[in-house]
Amino acid sequence: MIGHFFEYEFLRNTFYTGLLIGLIAPLLGTFVVVRRLSLIADALSHVTLAGIAFGLLLEKKFALGLSPFYTGMGFSVMASAFVEQLRRVYKAYQELAIPIILSGGVALSVVFISVANGFNTDLYNYLFGSVSAVSRQDLWSILAITIIVLIVITLFFKELFTLSFDEEHAVVSGIHAKRIHFLFIVVTALVIAASIRIVGVLLVSALMTLPVAASIRIANGFKQTMFLSVIFGEISVIIGLVAGYYFEIPPGGTIVLTSILLLLLSILIKRIKFNRARKRAIQ
Amino acid sequence: MSNPIVTMKNVSYAYDNKPTLKDINFEIQRGSFLGLVGPNGGGKTTLIKLLLGLHKPQNGSIQLFGTPIQKFKDWNKIGFVSQKANTFNRGFPATVSEVVSMGLTAKVGYMKFFNQSHKKQIEKAVSQVGMSDYLHENIGDLSGGQQQRIFIARALVSNPDLLILDEPTVGVDTENVQKFYELLHLLNDENGITLLLITHDTGTMTHHATDIACLNKTLHFHGNPSQYTQLSEQDLSAFYGHQLNVVSHHH
Repeated sequence: MIGHFFEYEFLRNTFYTGLLIGLIAPLLGTFVVVRRLSLIADALSHVTLAGIAFGLLLEKKFALGLSPFYTGMGFSVMASAFVEQLRRVYKAYQELAIPIILSGGVALSVVFISVANGFNTDLYNYLFGSVSAVSRQDLWSILAITIIVLIVITLFFKELFTLSFDEEHAVVSGIHAKRIHFLFIVVTALVIAASIRIVGVLLVSALMTLPVAASIRIANGFKQTMFLSVIFGEISVIIGLVAGYYFEIPPGGTIVLTSILLLLLSILIKRIKFNRARKRAIQ
Repeated sequence: MSNPIVTMKNVSYAYDNKPTLKDINFEIQRGSFLGLVGPNGGGKTTLIKLLLGLHKPQNGSIQLFGTPIQKFKDWNKIGFVSQKANTFNRGFPATVSEVVSMGLTAKVGYMKFFNQSHKKQIEKAVSQVGMSDYLHENIGDLSGGQQQRIFIARALVSNPDLLILDEPTVGVDTENVQKFYELLHLLNDENGITLLLITHDTGTMTHHATDIACLNKTLHFHGNPSQYTQLSEQDLSAFYGHQLNVVSHHH
């Protein structure tokens, strides 16, 4: 079944892009989840939608050749900086940044879509992902983002980990929390923009959080959680893409449903392990 | 001979024009075990934040290891176990070894990696607090007392000269509190680490600390435990702002 993905170039692009996203989304998602920032991915993805709508508007009205992928990425990165500012302003209510950014993103999208008098099916692809929408240029861009993400996570792993666990301790020990956090949120914005081609705006946060939610149940320690998250992410992407292609369903839906199945499986495994340990303890 | 590693001179601090600390003058001698006691809102945590450079005093000066705090860079000489350490996210997926490694993050520096020697330091710190058997356990699976030891190991791993503990026994059961004080004595007596412990438990402090400082906006008393126990009821009441009887006890 997977053979078609190597036969045709457009499917090959999608498959390789999917593998890259299956790596970076859960990798960064591990930090997103443990920092209790899961909804930030949702907020940023909605701003990315505004950026995509803006790009499509420019394309339609002014025939500008700027890919909506880049305008989406630009909006997402700008919104990430704005999220940080809002979290600083509302120190006691940091979660307020999420509805502000999310609703702002949706509002801007509606305005751009209305000004353009609607778009063709392109927008549907951006909402739920597509198996056929990935160009070779998109693949290169996403490969570049993957390399950036891997470099940032490798070089700043210990600082990101320390900050995620105990920000006060990190600051006291001399870590520049603001700079590291800013770097983290910008990289998160890039990953969201990159993932949208495959899973779509509405489901991108799921690919960052569901594999982590599954691995956190059964992993021992942070590095193992990251490793298992990537494995679950890749399994979800491969099964989801193949199923999406054969059943002619946007892959965002099939990828997320596969992730949910893996999550349920991990909950079951954890429960079985727990019951066995309890029985052993009673004996 | 006087050998202070912390010196505060005429230090004052106010949050939004509400005076929290006024004219604080005191020293922490190398090798001492100082118990800082005082009522809630008396400025104990603020004083620690000033020492850690998290707040800047509006008046006065602070010296750490003989260097003015503005120029002090060697933060690895100071280990800190925060009041909030026990309120961490218990579902956080981190092993004991990973948590203790965080104490080396700043020391190792940006864009550098842990090596074998750092791993040995981590194992040594975990062994110092008697938790070697739990090195690869998830921190969330340990008891409150065990977690407390791990946070001390995290503070010890960078080999500090001064260890600051902010109300570390809150939420820890009596048996573990006793073990905790035994551990502090070991660190103080055998490893020569200077200790600054913030606590409400003045009765216990009289048995464990070498010095006691009483803080309620200003420094009301700084001396040894026997001098403290000789304070009159009027002195203590003036310090706490209400009637008080000190019950001296061992844990």
